Amino acid sequence: MLTHVWIIPGLMAVSFALILLFGKRFSEKITSGIGIFFIGVCFVLACVTSVNWIQRINDPVPDPSAAASVISQPSDAGPAPVPGMTDAEAVVGAEVGPAEAAADATHAAGESTPTTEATTTGSTSTESTATEHAAGGEEHETKAAPIVTRWTWFQIGGIHFEFGFIADGLSILMLFTVTAISLLVHIYSKEYLHDDVRFTHYYAFLSLFSAAMLFYVTSSNTIQMLTGWELVGVCSFALIGHWWEDKNNSDAALKAFLTNRVGDVGLIIGVIITFFAAGATSFNVLHINQYALSPAANQTLLLVGALCLFGGVTSKSGQFPLHTWLPDAMAGPTPVSALIHAATMVVAGVYLVARLYSVFYEGLNIGDNWINYIAVIGAITIVGGAALAFVQTDIKKVLAYSTISQLGYMVMALGVGAWTGAIFHLFTHAFFKACLFLGAGSVSHAAHHTFDMRKMGGLRKYMPTTFKTFIIGTIALMGIFPLAGFWSKDEVLAGALNGQGGHAYLFMTIAGLLGAVMTCAYMTRVIYLTFYGEYRGHGTPHESPKVMTVPLWILAGGAIVLGLVNLPNWFKIGDVAYTTRFEHYVEPTFAFPVIDHAEFNLGLALGSLALGALGIFLAYQYYWLAKSPLLGLRDKSKVFGRGYWVLENKYGLDHLYTDIIVGGVKGPIARASYWFNNTVIDTVVNTAGTASVATGRVLYAQVDQKVVDGLVLSTGAGAEESGEALRHIQTGRVQQYAALLFAGAAILAVIFVVIV
Amino acid sequence: MYLNQFLMLAAAIFCIGVYGVLVRRNGIMVLMSVELILNAVNINLVAFGAFRHDITGQVFALFVIAIAAAEVGVGLALVMMLYRNSRSIDVDDIDLMKG
Repeated sequence: MLTHVWIIPGLMAVSFALILLFGKRFSEKITSGIGIFFIGVCFVLACVTSVNWIQRINDPVPDPSAAASVISQPSDAGPAPVPGMTDAEAVVGAEVGPAEAAADATHAAGESTPTTEATTTGSTSTESTATEHAAGGEEHETKAAPIVTRWTWFQIGGIHFEFGFIADGLSILMLFTVTAISLLVHIYSKEYLHDDVRFTHYYAFLSLFSAAMLFYVTSSNTIQMLTGWELVGVCSFALIGHWWEDKNNSDAALKAFLTNRVGDVGLIIGVIITFFAAGATSFNVLHINQYALSPAANQTLLLVGALCLFGGVTSKSGQFPLHTWLPDAMAGPTPVSALIHAATMVVAGVYLVARLYSVFYEGLNIGDNWINYIAVIGAITIVGGAALAFVQTDIKKVLAYSTISQLGYMVMALGVGAWTGAIFHLFTHAFFKACLFLGAGSVSHAAHHTFDMRKMGGLRKYMPTTFKTFIIGTIALMGIFPLAGFWSKDEVLAGALNGQGGHAYLFMTIAGLLGAVMTCAYMTRVIYLTFYGEYRGHGTPHESPKVMTVPLWILAGGAIVLGLVNLPNWFKIGDVAYTTRFEHYVEPTFAFPVIDHAEFNLGLALGSLALGALGIFLAYQYYWLAKSPLLGLRDKSKVFGRGYWVLENKYGLDHLYTDIIVGGVKGPIARASYWFNNTVIDTVVNTAGTASVATGRVLYAQVDQKVVDGLVLSTGAGAEESGEALRHIQTGRVQQYAALLFAGAAILAVIFVVIV
Repeated sequence: MYLNQFLMLAAAIFCIGVYGVLVRRNGIMVLMSVELILNAVNINLVAFGAFRHDITGQVFALFVIAIAAAEVGVGLALVMMLYRNSRSIDVDDIDLMKG
């Protein structure tokens, strides 16, 4: 399966096509059935792939030729053995992998670049080199190398555009996460979107989104990643605007799309910069990463490239200051929010950084620093997003800001070098946040399709299952021991405190801890407003049907146990390898910087737990008991009043974008352009027009009528007159002609005789 | 062998031919006069060929005879069509192209 990961996005594309073409003819049951069936198959395949990958890392292959045959398989048995097909990844992975292992202390990987390898075509040469290296190199390193199956897409001027799929720990983790969440969302949507006007449209886009996201995470080169990135953006746009009859929804869709465009400009420039930086020969991510790690790398170029790429990350992953679209994106159906705007699409940016980590690591000099751009943006996003969550009355918007805040954790973790922490948090967050979103959807399904928490309350009694799963998701999000969020958040915090090369990222640690307090507090607020007190809405709420609660339970189960996949070594008892499994299987060993792994820090863990408890306590006192000393602070203190005002206005970023930037363009600049257009350009155009008309008249009267026509007419007249004159020669008498002929001949003969 | 007598004969036949072509009104007679002109040329060719011991002249003469046959075929066909259309083979009557 590792060499055929392309099947998974391919299946979803088939599902999309089927639903799009035939969905309208079928009942809802069959339409949703197609989607669920395909994503189910994909999920199974993703599980198979995961198992294959784990086996590949686990089982040492004692026979090097066996290793070689595994590795070079794609070149023999590739899915489309066209002549132009380059040999499989293998080459990149297997050959340079051991080379790096040998020299990884000096970062001197990539003496041989993938491009040069790629020129050795034919399976024979591949196999022999692979064998050689497998024999010489450390087996573990060879095996952990990513498997890339690739074909030549096209070639222009010696530049090799490849089309390929990568299978390594990171992409397979993403395959698993995306298919798992997507499957549950597909099932859940069947009930949630029941009797919807655009049920078919919804399922088609859900499939297309899954296809695009899976395609994105399995892409082996940046061009392909860009394609997938834009495709998920389109699906996000379409699904946010699912109920476009409401202007707010279509505005939100447009806002999401346009805000992402801003970042995507950076992304495209970043892709181009990294391509040219790495020798302008290949877009392959491994090639780019290897270049970034090689001593020849141009650090300035990498820095610029990394910052441009991070522009894309900022918008897609909702980082400050381009996060504004994400809360508005909640206008879409709730399952979409769970799948796209919480669990998968928004982590595309995090995935991008993780995939091109060497570029970011070297470009921003993460290893030898105590502050850098990515970490700072992440830290700002954690605190900024969490603060905004307090003033929202819409339950989905609270969760959206919470997502922003958690994405901040991931980005910050990448910024401080805690790669595994970031990806681990991505993984656990996908589950508990999807659980919370689907829980919110269930609540709204019960409470007359409102997301306003002011119209909820007391739902604990009416919908016990939703309540229980929501509580589990909340505790996981708060990072309370021993649920999933605790382990991943703690790993991020420990990574920040530990830092790289002895430089602790102290500011980021503090931001992370502050974020933990705030997360606990705002989630307590949500729980109180939604599930406790008296019901404030209309009618009688009811529990959702099984098709919605079962996915909730599965996600809640994930939120409980998934943290255990990366237990810190601190918990290790005996020789059984059950700690840091996640790190072991997912963290790349090939074309990857050497990073320090933070150890479990008991003090930090207890500290964050204590701070979390403090957050819960403060919120409990404030909202539940309503006798906190903090009550009424915004009326009593001017500073807090101002702060509240700032938060209510979302730091004024929306005003900045809509009124100042867009308004600035629309207002004075547009007016100025209008004036310029009316006076200057129109004058020029009009003058030019009048002048041409006048010139035309003169030309017509003088040149055309007199000169040209005169010429033409006189030619005709001349021909006529000369014809009239010459017609008399034409007597029609044959013998006269013959006489003339002989006379002419005689004259010519005389001339001939005289001259010769 | 004197060349002159042949040339004189050829010139005489040529002149007769030209006279015929210019003067005779009967289309057939015109064609026959053209044959005379061609044969005057043939005599010249053969005479010069014999005089210079060169076979080329005779070969040319043969070609001329062949082409003359073709020409007279076409010519007679024309005259016949002319007769069919106007019941006359008088060349003076053929003045449709008069300007």
